[in-house]
Amino acid sequence: MSTTPWWASEDLWRKWAIWITAFMLVILIFLTFDSVAKITAGSDRVPGYDVINKRIYYTFNAERNMEEPVIGGDAPLFGKMYTPEEAEALVTLGKLTTQAKNCMNCHTLLGNGAYYAPDLTKAWLDQGWGAESVREQLMVSFLMDPTANARTYGTGRRMPQLGITEEEARGVVAFLKWMSAIDTNGFPKGFKPIQQEAMP
Amino acid sequence: MSIGTFDSSNLDAGQKVAVKYFSVAIVLFVAQILFGLLAGIQFIAPDFLYNVLDFNVNRMVHINAMIVWMLFGFIGSVYWLVEDESGVPLVGAKLANLNFWIFTTAVVVVVLVYLFVQVGPGTQSSIWLINEGREYIEAPRWADIGIVVCMLIFFYNVAATFMKGKWSGISGVLVLDLVALAGLYLAGMFFTANISMDQYWWWWVIHLWVEATWEVLVGCIMAWGLMKTLGARRKIVTTWLYIEVALMFGSGILGLGHHYFWIGTPEYWFTIGGFFSALEPIPLVAMVVHAVYDSGVHRFRNGNHPALAWLIAHAFGNFFGAGVWGFMHTLPQINLYTHGTQWTASHGHLAFFGAYATIIIAVMYLAVQKWRGGVWMSGDMPGNGWKWKWSFALLNIGVVGMTVALLIAGYEQSFIERALEGSTWAGYFAGQTQPWFIQGMEWRMLFGWVTAAGIVLLVWDLATIGRGETRTAINPAVSGEPATAAA
Ligand code: HEC
Ligand code: HEM
Ligand code: HEM
Ligand SMILES: [Fe+2]
Repeated sequence: MSTTPWWASEDLWRKWAIWITAFMLVILIFLTFDSVAKITAGSDRVPGYDVINKRIYYTFNAERNMEEPVIGGDAPLFGKMYTPEEAEALVTLGKLTTQAKNCMNCHTLLGNGAYYAPDLTKAWLDQGWGAESVREQLMVSFLMDPTANARTYGTGRRMPQLGITEEEARGVVAFLKWMSAIDTNGFPKGFKPIQQEAMP
Repeated sequence: MSIGTFDSSNLDAGQKVAVKYFSVAIVLFVAQILFGLLAGIQFIAPDFLYNVLDFNVNRMVHINAMIVWMLFGFIGSVYWLVEDESGVPLVGAKLANLNFWIFTTAVVVVVLVYLFVQVGPGTQSSIWLINEGREYIEAPRWADIGIVVCMLIFFYNVAATFMKGKWSGISGVLVLDLVALAGLYLAGMFFTANISMDQYWWWWVIHLWVEATWEVLVGCIMAWGLMKTLGARRKIVTTWLYIEVALMFGSGILGLGHHYFWIGTPEYWFTIGGFFSALEPIPLVAMVVHAVYDSGVHRFRNGNHPALAWLIAHAFGNFFGAGVWGFMHTLPQINLYTHGTQWTASHGHLAFFGAYATIIIAVMYLAVQKWRGGVWMSGDMPGNGWKWKWSFALLNIGVVGMTVALLIAGYEQSFIERALEGSTWAGYFAGQTQPWFIQGMEWRMLFGWVTAAGIVLLVWDLATIGRGETRTAINPAVSGEPATAAA
């Protein structure tokens, strides 16, 4: 069969394959430069680590039609105000702990991970911690001994003992506080946050 | 040369390496299923192995064993076809063997550490030595570096062999794709405290693997497989391969944006990710058309019935698991509610099984056929081929059953936890305690046992099919050489 129609020509499709791939790659690289700048810690969408010194809450933005994070006044973590370097070190410890303890094979962070346990994107703002004044301590105690502090809401599904030290638990809490201030385009939608004790 | 028994003199040097990789792949596949069962049981009976072998450990072994057995399956497949496709003996066969043993030893060490050390303190040394705590690429950093080295050696074998022999459209695409596949792995090898940045690059590895480079790799294997099983013409399969590359990379590269809706990345990804990922099913339809059309043209006359059945299962599984199940939750308007729920798990199971497990199994059937001296594997096998037919049925029914069960659970979870309860701790459990969710988990378990029965039969069949057979295989005419021909 020597009369292959033009649209079935091997050569033509080889060229298309190469050009389309190259074109898409160039666009992806271009967008990546832009996105990486916009998600670097300290940008509008992803705050600097010293946001752990501030109150974090959400308001509805009608124009974007979604909840967006607002950084409020001072709200020291564990009674302390951190320098940017100290804050970064603490959040880094927390992030390392979440990796070393493999949290993401039970939980989701930013909605990615496993589906055996609650999403932790806004765990810092969860109503389950009761009141703002006791939250930090409750979180540390929970992480250090999830068996004794289990809730499970009737499922019996408990978080295991992961050997988290107090120092690591504080790092994790700082990491969770920082993560709750990331602008996630309204995910998870309709999240019902903890009662704010004194709105700024 | 002998027929009816496993005799490595029936294989060329590349194929001798391939069957080693396939053997380890099968062992890891069994491990994947075992640990999947343990994790599934924990959804129903959470006290089971609590504080001994927790859900995160079981799940990590489940999905990491999957990634590694599939990589082993792909590497094996490429070693399998490299001499046939290049026309010359494998370059660096000794090195290839050594590489296999190093790679396998590393995998064993990694798994033992997962199981017996499990977690470490929040330090860099934990992620260098124990596990990195990042889904699918949990392997500790030392192993990452090892994997890269092993992939380079593998790449050397393949590229050098083609360079010495002849190139073809298939081998050209294959080699370029392997470069991209290995290169992408580097995007997952760094630590950052910034979870948004972490997820941004993590998806480069995961998405650009399964929705771009792996798809093209199996496209190459499929093209070669259709020539071998059916005797399809090279010019036709090569043209199709280019079309698939154009469509798959054309949609899949920017389709990456469907993972950038909620991780802190800008809003333009809604449009880009939604649009391009919605196009991703198109190449998958094209592949179905291609496979079914070719089979029809050749009237399904072929020398290896199990392999052809699995190739067709691949075409449909890829289309439904990736194309349809992926499309269902890929638009941001829907993904806002389904993101990170059992919907995702439903899609993940059907897609990985349908697109990748199937085609590797097909190549394994081609491998055992030749290993036994090119035995008869068409109709009229002893026992009417009941083992391969039953394992085929049980595996497919099992995975489809799990997929449907998880989808129902996922619907329920999206409604209750995501839409009504606002995804809090209490809201999460409000979803998990709904009767329909619980039933979904129970049905998943039931179909999980069906899947497990299927894999037992599969292993048995691969080990015994063609034993004592004296007839040689059908030669699928045209360009397909007889499976008995020594390379
Ligand atoms: C084996 C699975 C598993 C692992 C691993 C795990 N968790 Fe959990 N986690 C759970 C379960 C189950 C619950 C719900 C416990 C309850 O209600 O008593 C939970 C609850 C939580 C909560 C409270 C829920 C909320 O929405 O605020 C936080 C915070 C938390 N985990 C953080 C972590 C962190 C941080 C890690 C890693 C260091 C981790 N978990 C590792 C299973 C796990
Ligand atoms: C063979 C190809 C594919 C495989 C193996 C695959 C596998 C997976 C897996 C395992 C996940 C979950 C990742 C995680 O753990 O977080 C996932 C997520 C996703 N996939 Fe695919 N996929 C494939 C193709 C597709 C296609 C073609 C589409 C779209 C048309 C798609 C759409 C999605 C979406 C939107 C998500 C995110 C789910 C969420 O928000 O939680 N996938 N995929
Ligand atoms: C006996 C059969 C199986 C059982 C019981 C099982 C069970 C499970 C469980 C419990 C999870 C964790 C889901 C969660 O986080 O909630 C999981 C995840 C996963 N399994 Fe399986 N599994 C089985 C077979 C398979 C097969 C055959 C494949 C593919 C070849 C597969 C691929 C996956 C993937 C990709 C994930 C991650 C999904 C995601 O993150 O969205 N599993 N499985
Ligand atoms: Fe994707």
